[in-house]
Amino acid sequence: MSTATLDLPQAPSESRVNYLNASYGIRSWLLTKDHKRIGLLYLGTITIMFIFGGLAAFFMRLHLIEPQGALVEPETYNKLFTIHGVIMVFFFLVPSIPATLGNFCIPLMIGARDVAFPKINLLSWYIFITGCALALVAIFSGGVDTGWTFYTPYSSTYSHTAVVWMASGIFIAGFSSILTGVNFVVTIHKMRAPGLTWFRLPLFIWAMYATSIIFILGTPVIAITLFLLGLETLLHVGIFDPAIGGDPLLFQHMFWFYSHPAVYIMILPGMGVISELITAFSRKKIFGYAFVAFSSMAIAVISFIVWGHHMFVTGQSVYAGLVFSVLSFLVAIPSAVKVFNWTATLYKGSISYEAPMLYALGFIGLFTIGGLTGLFLASLATDVHLNGTYFVVAHFHYVMVGGAVMAYLGGIHYWWPKITGRMYPDVWARIAAAIVFLGFNLTFFPQFVMGYLGMPRRYAVYPAEFQVLNVLSSAGASILAIGYAIPLIYLFWSMRYGPPAPQNPWGAKGLEWECAPSPPPTENFEVMPVVTEDAYNYQPTTGGSH
Amino acid sequence: MSHDAAAHAHPPGFAHQFETIQQQREAGSLGMWVFLMTEILFFGGMFTAYTVYRQLHFASFEAGSHELIVLFGAINTAVLICSSLTMAMAIRSAQTGASKNTTITWLVVTMILGAAFVAIKLRFEWLRDWNEGLVPGLRWIPGPEHTPGMEQFFCFYFFMTGLHAIHMVVGLGILAVLVWMTARGRFSSQYYAPLEISGLYWHFVDIVWIFLFPLLYLIGGRYSH
Amino acid sequence: MLMTFVAQPGAQQLAAAIFPLQPPAASTIAGGVDQLYYFLTGVTVFFSVLIFSIIFYFMIKYRRRSPGEVPPETHAPLALELAWTLIPSAICVVMFFWASYLYVRNARPPAASTEIFVIGKQWMWHVQHPEGPREINELHVPVNQPIQITMTSQDVIHDFYIPAFRVKKDVLPGRYTEIWFEATETGTFHIYCAQYCGTNHSEMIGWVYVMSPSDYAAWLAGGEQNESMSQSGEHLFSLLGCSSCHAGTAQTGTGPSLAGIYGQSEKFADGSSHLVDDTLIRQAIVDPDSVQLPNYRNVMPTFKGQLTEEQMLQLIAYVKSLGTEERKNGQ
Repeated sequence: MSTATLDLPQAPSESRVNYLNASYGIRSWLLTKDHKRIGLLYLGTITIMFIFGGLAAFFMRLHLIEPQGALVEPETYNKLFTIHGVIMVFFFLVPSIPATLGNFCIPLMIGARDVAFPKINLLSWYIFITGCALALVAIFSGGVDTGWTFYTPYSSTYSHTAVVWMASGIFIAGFSSILTGVNFVVTIHKMRAPGLTWFRLPLFIWAMYATSIIFILGTPVIAITLFLLGLETLLHVGIFDPAIGGDPLLFQHMFWFYSHPAVYIMILPGMGVISELITAFSRKKIFGYAFVAFSSMAIAVISFIVWGHHMFVTGQSVYAGLVFSVLSFLVAIPSAVKVFNWTATLYKGSISYEAPMLYALGFIGLFTIGGLTGLFLASLATDVHLNGTYFVVAHFHYVMVGGAVMAYLGGIHYWWPKITGRMYPDVWARIAAAIVFLGFNLTFFPQFVMGYLGMPRRYAVYPAEFQVLNVLSSAGASILAIGYAIPLIYLFWSMRYGPPAPQNPWGAKGLEWECAPSPPPTENFEVMPVVTEDAYNYQPTTGGSH
Repeated sequence: MSHDAAAHAHPPGFAHQFETIQQQREAGSLGMWVFLMTEILFFGGMFTAYTVYRQLHFASFEAGSHELIVLFGAINTAVLICSSLTMAMAIRSAQTGASKNTTITWLVVTMILGAAFVAIKLRFEWLRDWNEGLVPGLRWIPGPEHTPGMEQFFCFYFFMTGLHAIHMVVGLGILAVLVWMTARGRFSSQYYAPLEISGLYWHFVDIVWIFLFPLLYLIGGRYSH
Repeated sequence: MLMTFVAQPGAQQLAAAIFPLQPPAASTIAGGVDQLYYFLTGVTVFFSVLIFSIIFYFMIKYRRRSPGEVPPETHAPLALELAWTLIPSAICVVMFFWASYLYVRNARPPAASTEIFVIGKQWMWHVQHPEGPREINELHVPVNQPIQITMTSQDVIHDFYIPAFRVKKDVLPGRYTEIWFEATETGTFHIYCAQYCGTNHSEMIGWVYVMSPSDYAAWLAGGEQNESMSQSGEHLFSLLGCSSCHAGTAQTGTGPSLAGIYGQSEKFADGSSHLVDDTLIRQAIVDPDSVQLPNYRNVMPTFKGQLTEEQMLQLIAYVKSLGTEERKNGQ
């Protein structure tokens, strides 16, 4: 186990055998059981899906610079926003941190050789790419135009697009999430290194555990909902279509029962990453460890009982509205607690500004805005006005892009040296982080204003009075696109040409940095670690438990 | 890399991401329980939708339920309960170190019972429903006796029992694999975790049926008129 | 103080002339919603600025000064954790109660509302005034009078949204939903569909024309002389043969008398009680088997697919007009 002094970067040992060069060839990757390689397989897949989803957004914003639409017919625009939403939610954000960073880092961070069920881990990737394939079939066979929310009866009876293909793709990809969740829960319960008690775990692990609970309990419900939708579409039986005896609101309740917790699947891992980044780049123990850990669990639990806030204007009862509103306020509190704890962690820290930290700090600011604007939507009276407008679009992009994607990028940059054994050029990384931050705000801040002014979402054409705000937003989107393209380039470049990374380039605490080389061998550790101190113990004179 | 000496004894089926066989067994068991929780939510979504429509369209659901043959449902319930018993016996047989033929026999009996369940369902229930035009979307003959509300009931009947039957068939596949593994001598009184875990799955599928049977077959007073 | 200034009409008009940040506040509830919005915005700005500022300050003050630097230990006082848990909770409680108060207060239309009917269909709004006039994608209303809009969809889910009034509600097939508003200024305001409904969702927009009472009365009287909704309903009632079973006053018809039943609670054959509202009447027309009354045989045929949503609303208007035991002619 490491000594109490701060490790400074050591000499790299590149000629070592590590998980990347231990075996070569396609088969060694496609039949791997190594969680690190599986994490990379996922990384490649979701990057490809992100490009598809991003292209859809790019065309949408380009189209919207003109009130009457600059680029495509409404039918096509409707397909673009559907594809953007479906891909970004189900095939990018939901798997992003868990399947890439979670798969890669969890065993390393808890001192295990692999996850509990490596073969199931590989199976989950195959299931995932099958889901992706079906989604791509749906896209290339004409697309889907129902919105990622698939509301009935439009999706089951009126839309004549590839709904069943797309629903099948999402259904199958859901099983990949479920298996990942099962794997993580068992791994975290059963495979921690000796001495690594629950309250010594890094907060990223707590966050992944909470996320896995949502994977396990929520995903099956979207699966059954889409299954029923598919059957209704194919057989014209009355489940959700009122014309044949069904209830369209039942679809919405079942859909949102998963899809609300799903947004916490998207943000909790990001919050876990931020806890790692803030501590590593201020060299301090997290402020309020137990509070942050319990907040993750509280968010996971409460997330299941707030779904009705998506349905305040559907005609559900006032009473239901009140209940869901108060619970939605409740779920905001743990997130606020985390933001304050992260900020307080910086106090009297020793802060450095490598790219991961810039992403983390950007996250805190943007997530604060995104989370607070959620309160406008939890508030019944304002939600009536704002639901279905661009305000909602702005809110969720602030948390999902300003939050989750920034955290994802921060995590990728942070663990890149561990994953690849290479350093990327930090100057370019910081420039890209700044471009992402600026481009993001320019894209989405005007949308808050648009929303309160009344511009509805999912509009292919709009009244001319909204044009200025739309043009600002589209300009921001082009800047954001550049911000995303730059890391793609230098990260790829670094895999071949980047300087070799030391074991612990950031001087961070954590088993993955202190006990495993960069990159690690297939079995992760030459000597299995034993843990004798709390997480983030940068000030070793007082190593007491929290 | 180095192991503990104890773990290096390499009991059969030991997987190297674990430190000890004990850890592996606990992990496997926990994994199956967690997976079953996902299955509860999966069936639960369907049950919830069913419950909503049963509340809204009770009379139609009752009429639909009365079209089902309680006798076959009851026989199938008994078949499944017996199969859970034989599955437990198979696990016990491995646990007590009995001969692998004993274990295989119990497993095969379980498979026969499971197959009987599926066969009874297909031959006596679903085939009859098909002939009578009670299969929504595929062969539904509307009429005064077959109202639209009943069609919705039958949607749920087929979805729920169909989903359950798929799980049964998967279970049969798992049992077949277990038979093969037992025949190859993979299990002993020290190591029979796959049997135990599969037993959990089998019992779960049985319990789902225990819920399905009264919900679908026993709606309303059947003998009062 | 700033919020009070911002909330003044003059300030709003000034801002609106330069760069609008909100739609016109043209209904009795709009001002209240806007005030809550300003409060929420204020809280958001306050905490965002607070967090951003603290972060910037710490970023500068605690920047790393040497590569191997290890900062001193700090303690996390429980009092601070509790403070920043409880203070946001208290703010949330305020928000919840304020918003809920407005929502509950605005949920029920005033008793003296005029009812206007809206049918959403892909991709237009059909508006039907009870006096007869019909409009497409336009809604003429009088100022300073509460108006209830009862809506249904002919196909998929739509959403009727008037930003200037701060009202919005989904429009569902197979049932009726309601909103109400009282316009406070004359003028022309946007109507949008705010629930994605297919190809031309973004063209399912229109205009509300708020007029002075005299202008509105003139508008109603002018144009084509349609019969009122309940008159149309009465004609349909006899044309479709409803009157043969539901003969107005008789207690011994094949079907129950409909006089005075609207708004009452009826007991069904299975013992359950239901309020006779628009949705129930519509349900009885399209799915009579689901509406079985004691003492009546189940012989009513279904009219599903034979009536448009407009015609259904006309029949409902007629039934509503059958106030007490005697029939009244529709207005």
